[in-house]
Amino acid sequence: MSEQVVDSADVVLRLSDVVKTFPGVRALDGVELEVRAGEVHCLLGQNGAGKSTLIKVLAGVHRPDSGRVEWLGEQVEFSGPQAAMKAGIATIYQELDLVDYLTVAENIYLGHEPRSFGFVHKGQAARQAAELLGRLGHGEIPAGRMVKSLPAAGKQIVSMARALSHSAKLIIMDEPSAVLAHDEVDNLFRIIRELTAQGIAVVYISHRLEEIREIGDRVTVLKDGRTSAVNLPARSTPTRDLVSRMTGRSIEYVFPERPNTAPGERLLEVRGLGRSGEFTHVDLDVHAGEIVGIAGLVGSGRSEVLETIFGARQAEAGTVVMNGKTLPPGNVAAAVRAGIGMAPEERKSQALLLGEPIYRNMTLTTFPGYATAGFTDAGKEQSEALRVADQLELRPRDVRRAVRTLSGGNQQKVVVGRWLLGDTRLLILDEPTRGVDVGARAELYQVIRDLAANGVGVLLVSSEVPEVLGLSDRVLVMREGRVVRSAPATELNEEDVLDLVMAGSLTAATTEEVAA
Amino acid sequence: MSVRSEETVKREAPDAGGHGAPASGAVAAGPRWWRNESAEGMWRNLGLVGVLLALFAIGAIIRPDLYSNIDWVTNNMMVILTQAAAIGVVTVGMTFVIIGGGIDLSVGALIALSGVWATTVATQSFGPAGMIFTAIAVGVGAGLVNGLLIAYGRLVPFIATLAMLVAARGLAAAISGKQTQVSGDQFINSLAKERVLGVPLLVIILLVVAGLGWVLLNRTTFGRRTVAIGGNAEAARLAGINVRGHTMLLYALSGLCCGIAAIMLTSLATSSQAAAAELYELDAIAAAIIGGTLLSGGRGTIVGSLFGVIVFSAITNLFAIANLPTEVQNMVKGAIIVVAVLIQQLRFSSVTQFARRHGLSRPKAGTQQQT
Repeated sequence: MSEQVVDSADVVLRLSDVVKTFPGVRALDGVELEVRAGEVHCLLGQNGAGKSTLIKVLAGVHRPDSGRVEWLGEQVEFSGPQAAMKAGIATIYQELDLVDYLTVAENIYLGHEPRSFGFVHKGQAARQAAELLGRLGHGEIPAGRMVKSLPAAGKQIVSMARALSHSAKLIIMDEPSAVLAHDEVDNLFRIIRELTAQGIAVVYISHRLEEIREIGDRVTVLKDGRTSAVNLPARSTPTRDLVSRMTGRSIEYVFPERPNTAPGERLLEVRGLGRSGEFTHVDLDVHAGEIVGIAGLVGSGRSEVLETIFGARQAEAGTVVMNGKTLPPGNVAAAVRAGIGMAPEERKSQALLLGEPIYRNMTLTTFPGYATAGFTDAGKEQSEALRVADQLELRPRDVRRAVRTLSGGNQQKVVVGRWLLGDTRLLILDEPTRGVDVGARAELYQVIRDLAANGVGVLLVSSEVPEVLGLSDRVLVMREGRVVRSAPATELNEEDVLDLVMAGSLTAATTEEVAA
Repeated sequence: MSVRSEETVKREAPDAGGHGAPASGAVAAGPRWWRNESAEGMWRNLGLVGVLLALFAIGAIIRPDLYSNIDWVTNNMMVILTQAAAIGVVTVGMTFVIIGGGIDLSVGALIALSGVWATTVATQSFGPAGMIFTAIAVGVGAGLVNGLLIAYGRLVPFIATLAMLVAARGLAAAISGKQTQVSGDQFINSLAKERVLGVPLLVIILLVVAGLGWVLLNRTTFGRRTVAIGGNAEAARLAGINVRGHTMLLYALSGLCCGIAAIMLTSLATSSQAAAAELYELDAIAAAIIGGTLLSGGRGTIVGSLFGVIVFSAITNLFAIANLPTEVQNMVKGAIIVVAVLIQQLRFSSVTQFARRHGLSRPKAGTQQQT
């Protein structure tokens, strides 16, 4: 605390006890953050820890429910992204928000073009844009070029020039290195160093510990929507400390006990599965009654593998065999007929009809089965849905209510329930507990374990390593589109898996050996 | 896609904020009929009935002479319904297409094409059955082409049906040689004059089509698929529903309705021409929208669409009996569409959220100014 008092003059941004809740989940649950002028402040945390929500609060996209946001010493509440931008906070999102069919200069000055009487001074905009690009060491990017024709790294430079055009005092970068090649990352770091030398503060988000060590000054670690550590020195904090702050849990998840029974016959056999640019040579088996978990970061190809097995994406190489039958690639209906069900990653956009009643969401796959000559049987659908709802302890028990009104955990139960109504022998779960609060998680774990006990094979993906380890019988670790490790869950521990999962971590060399 | 999902998040915010997870269980125990989705539709339809009553009252005020005799009043109502009949049938098909997440701009042109094709000398030689069959086959066939282009050719519905609009009008003009084709068939021509228990046959056809449409939408797997695909196409696909095949059928259904409407219009005019049913697509879309069908898909009712059509028809009638020019009539129609959509949006952003936003922002804005 004494340290903060000394440096308080330099502090540009201070968050205290910031809370932000979404339906059914506390995304931010008391977050602290302190950013000084001219520093690179790194945000570290697993997926779902609240990093994106925090960025959006800073960028004025979300408003905090409570807590203080102090910007340049004054308490502020941004009415929207424009207000934050005007105040001097610029955000460079992972998915760059540039307009493809405008020129570099037009993008940089989008919304605040130099103009008089409504006429844009194109020449002036181009000159100023070229100047900003020069300041970033990239004078070679022509201001008049269409943004669409630039590579990802070039677009990132344009985004940064746009931030400078707003005379930003704080630039937030959300995983900027994810889209860059190795030498481009060096260039990014050079630019960041020049920005900070001019007194601009940078909030830098990355999964790669080595980058944080190279560019970062201080680190704030988020975990489950809370800050588990603030202002750690980026270079000298041991990796073990950082990793344990990210993973150590305030609430111990209770995982159901693994039964001692051996898994049954082989249900799913995947061989040599691949899609260019996403993943290659994926082999995996799932047996009846077995839970197989895949650990990996976003972009490691884990979700893509699941969707390809299910037929939502078309396989380019390899085979998927279910119950001895080879599935046609890219055919969801065939996968469903073969007894595969999937609860996709984005519940709301990929799985649910939010305005429709619970029972209709549950019977979305099976409703033709209850129908007679094409006429649906709402009564039968409701009673069947209620049976499964009770089995899953769905709350509320009223299956005629709109799914929109349910909490995240109960929405997930509706999706799982959909497949329980059918004759599903293999259930694929992509991030089954995302957006699910702690209490409901334990219930979902029990549901998944019970399913396995009844002979259903389960293939799941989670960004949360402890969840994969605690729930699965067997674990695959994926990184950059390849399976780098496959072992029984009992032979792995959390920190080893995290090391494997994080590309470029300190033990990268050993990871490569394991893969080979 | 992303825009829509953001909207969804906004929409549900007030709901979820209203009752937390533990409380919602208790709330749900009681009957919640007033939150029922179909009840919501019922309130909207009552609103449209209110509009109809208001139009009726205005008519009675400006032309008391016409409203002095009960026979004249009933007669005028039948005129309103008869004028709504063909466009109403088209609107039923349009409602399915829009609920399924699409749009069909070609309906007016398909009516013209079906009508012209059904009244060529060659077709008329096959008698009324041949004419009806031709009209329906042409409508369904053209609808299937729309569906193929959209579902399998991956054209945007707006573009595919716009192209069909232009092409079908052109084909109709080519077939008819830009001449009005008189229907010499007594059976077809008598349809518009026929009455059953005092109700014009065309009105009965509309009611039958709407009734079948209601059953199809609310009681069959076809209707369930339509709602699912329009509400969330990705979710429907991942649930194993054949989204493309069904999308194609929706446009074929719209084409079928156009074929039926073509016969009805041919009967009314005892002729067909390439310029028939102009701008019907806009009237049908507008009627569906003011009837509560979401233009983004996933929600809508046949009854609402039916009321929408009748409201428009009643306005036309009101202006006719008041001897007002059609220009004014079109301006009023435009205003009604805007008001209806504004009401629709208000329902989604919901009054509570509106109030809360203002309750929140005022004091906060104050603090910002002070500091």
